[in-house]
Amino acid sequence: MSKYMGKAVKRVEDPRFIQGRGKYVANLKLANMGHAAIKRSPFAHAKINGVDASAAKALDGVIAVYTGQDLQAAGVGSLPCGFNPPGIVTAPHMPLAVDKVRHVGDGVAVVIANDIYTAYDALDLIEVDYEPLPAVVDAKKATAADAPQVHDEIPNNTSFHWPLGESDTVMGAMNESDHVVELDFINQRLIPNAMEPRACVAEWNAFTEEMTVWTSSQNPHLIRLLMSMATLGIPENRLRVISPDVGGGFGSKIFHYPEEVIVPWCSKQLGQPVKWVSTRSEAFVTDAHGRDHVTTAKLGVNNDGTFTALHVQTWANMGAYLSTFAPMIPTALYITLFSGLYKIPHIFGESWGTMTNTVPVDAYRGAGRPEASYLLERLIDIAARDLNMDPIELRRKNFIQPDEFPYQTPVAMVYDSGDYDQLFDKAMEVSGYNEMIEERDRARQEGRLVGIGVSGCIEASGAGPSKVVTSLGAGVGLWEHGLVRVHPTGKISVLTGTHAHGQGHETTFAQLVADELGVPMDDIEIVHGDTSKTPFGLGTYASRSAAVGGTAIMKSCEKIREKMKAIAAYQLEAAVEDMVYDQENGTIHVQGSPDRSKTFVDISVAALMGHIPDDMEPSLEEATFFDPPNFTFPNSAHIAMVEVDKESGEISLLKYAAVDDVGNVINPMIVEGQLQGGIVQGVGQALLEHGIYDEDGQLLTGTFLDYAMPRADDVPMSALGRIEIPSPSNPLGVKGAGEMGTIAGTPTVANAVMDALHPLGVRHVDIPHTAAAIHGAIQSASVSAD
Amino acid sequence: MQITITVNGTTHTRDVEPRTLLVDFLRDHLGLTGTNIGCDTSQCGACTIHMDSQSVKSCTVLAVQADGADLTTIEGLANGSLHPMQQAFWDNHGLQCGYCTPGMIMSATKLVEGNPGISEAEIRHGLEGNICRCTGYQNIVKAVQQAAGEMGGD
Repeated sequence: MSKYMGKAVKRVEDPRFIQGRGKYVANLKLANMGHAAIKRSPFAHAKINGVDASAAKALDGVIAVYTGQDLQAAGVGSLPCGFNPPGIVTAPHMPLAVDKVRHVGDGVAVVIANDIYTAYDALDLIEVDYEPLPAVVDAKKATAADAPQVHDEIPNNTSFHWPLGESDTVMGAMNESDHVVELDFINQRLIPNAMEPRACVAEWNAFTEEMTVWTSSQNPHLIRLLMSMATLGIPENRLRVISPDVGGGFGSKIFHYPEEVIVPWCSKQLGQPVKWVSTRSEAFVTDAHGRDHVTTAKLGVNNDGTFTALHVQTWANMGAYLSTFAPMIPTALYITLFSGLYKIPHIFGESWGTMTNTVPVDAYRGAGRPEASYLLERLIDIAARDLNMDPIELRRKNFIQPDEFPYQTPVAMVYDSGDYDQLFDKAMEVSGYNEMIEERDRARQEGRLVGIGVSGCIEASGAGPSKVVTSLGAGVGLWEHGLVRVHPTGKISVLTGTHAHGQGHETTFAQLVADELGVPMDDIEIVHGDTSKTPFGLGTYASRSAAVGGTAIMKSCEKIREKMKAIAAYQLEAAVEDMVYDQENGTIHVQGSPDRSKTFVDISVAALMGHIPDDMEPSLEEATFFDPPNFTFPNSAHIAMVEVDKESGEISLLKYAAVDDVGNVINPMIVEGQLQGGIVQGVGQALLEHGIYDEDGQLLTGTFLDYAMPRADDVPMSALGRIEIPSPSNPLGVKGAGEMGTIAGTPTVANAVMDALHPLGVRHVDIPHTAAAIHGAIQSASVSAD
Repeated sequence: MQITITVNGTTHTRDVEPRTLLVDFLRDHLGLTGTNIGCDTSQCGACTIHMDSQSVKSCTVLAVQADGADLTTIEGLANGSLHPMQQAFWDNHGLQCGYCTPGMIMSATKLVEGNPGISEAEIRHGLEGNICRCTGYQNIVKAVQQAAGEMGGD
């Protein structure tokens, strides 16, 4: 019986946050610290003919100004791309542009001043001689023969082409289908907008020749690796990267950014600490964006509802430079999920990664999997209408059945577990689906536009094994490290290579260890986010922390228990095989003799004193490097109800219900919180959010005034349910819980809006379903009806 | 310019440039970094504080405009203990990354003053000026409802 696992334990992180004591990088103040501001391009594409910083340098309070040429001359390296599939063509990405700027926001020069106000004043005094060039912003138009070329090294702006499957075979099966649903659509650009803007502080110590960098990152070890081997060239043993509290990330803080090169370089150059904090306006034009696909898709379906084939072509906008993991998103994390929850015998997918004069695009919550789910769930919904079938019944007809796991899809993945009928049964119950249908139909009779949307989504999370991931093109494996250190007093430090940015690892990992070792949660500290404290680990993204990082910690706890049993056996003069570790209270006794026992602290002290078997090493510290044998496959059934205002096109989200299978759950309160937040991000994509560029490459949605973030009154309370089918991919039986809400939220709500407009004959409207877009669709429908 | 401002019960007299934003004054001059900055267009509400018993976005106020004012920041909301709103955010898992939280709590405490029975719709409307990217607002709304009841209109 577990004391902590599966319980809604309140978070140990919260007292500091609710009292204003969060340790965010922007709060750091060091003696003699200079403040950096970056001169950024107002043009999407332009030659730099010269930079005149003389007036800026002369301003009182300015310490230094450096340009891209200064950094290049000093040997600073290009920011690397960490996922390189076969045939990829790449180009350098210098931290400050040298001879050409390629997107609005591209850095040109950096000012360091005694205070940040002076630094901004100095930016205005820098004269950059730009020669504007034509720009290209659309992923597909970028491949046209006459399109402006973003990089000379990347012909036709096409960095890579990634096909999976046999196109001809799939089209053969498609052509034999009774019915084919075809759809050209976009998955719009999103801007992640973690509430904490990125920040970086660097301190070069000339005495020890060591660099310390504080940066708001989801994976400090990976950043150190890239700084060391690619950009700064500082050996890893002289470079410490610390990410204290991270104020949200959603993928955008995975990547190695220019400022993480510029700021440390300046600190070393000047011999003083340097701080840079992004403004929100800068964040909009420098943080990696998400999604931005142009897609053509076909789904073959027979009259009885059986899916026969799926054929998809996608042009994925990579932006001006290949960000750290960008090529992985529309390839290995996208096409491999095309099978959804369904048996689709023939699948082909291909994507082109194209360069444009826009902010780089990389992983954003879900990363490839939301795009896959959206396309499949929209196609299925249209198929249901074309066949006049209930959308849930059509899905059920094609579900992979519980006895078919492990299930090999046609697109490389081997699904581990699931029960999709049970999932939908529960979702229908939680949402009151049948009553919702009655309510919708009544509303329709009254002439109101009310719709219900459903989706069934799958995600691959907790990637592994490493050799498979690296064979696809990843520059790193995706194993994780977990170390458990029992101090002589019985207190415990747990070191993990994952790094929370809102997920509550200090709570959930402590719950895990408390139950594994039978000790109070208060005796456990979770250590993360500092390369000098924790051994190498890969960080937190792709819903991997519990499945991969948690498993590493669990296995280290098992090793601690075994060692403690051996020490207790030695002290009690009993056989190891006869020792029982009581996980209720952390004591060890001889089987059948509960009074012959040792406490957790007894053994901790013995390990310190060396009162242990002769062939044993002293101390109690165990490490595990866990490489998962497979991904985990969380899955979901979400149902939403919306009403569209006929006159204005405005949409009200009336109800939202979600049932998820994320396997075993460590802390249901935290899992539900992840789902609620994720759902609202998914709703944001369906109804509100859109990163829009004009033809000249100007970002039209560069502030919170123009980019519509979901607000408290945009969403209703959601009703959540859960089924727990343990994952066989890890001994904890957990599946990723961090991204499913976002993955499912978008198609669920989009399908609901399209259902609302179905009586008007509207087949598809691209997201986001803003009032303007829906008003336009209603107007067009009424014109064509006339 | 010389200004005198009382923050969390302590009076400070400082020389500031006239253009200094109040939020920068709090964070950089007084070291009160609990008030976070989330945007530069007064949209996100992360920097919300209380100024002479009103909630204000401190990025939208110049430090000189606060000359003579009495301010409360998240650090001074409850002295040493937890304010019912802080406790309610903890109890209801009303935060994840914690970055919007100080501003959200400062807005919410003013929102519920004099309205112990505040409705869900009123809370959602009243918190429109505070953006949270993590929680989906559901648990924030629950926290505010709980605290409103406990504060009993105070």
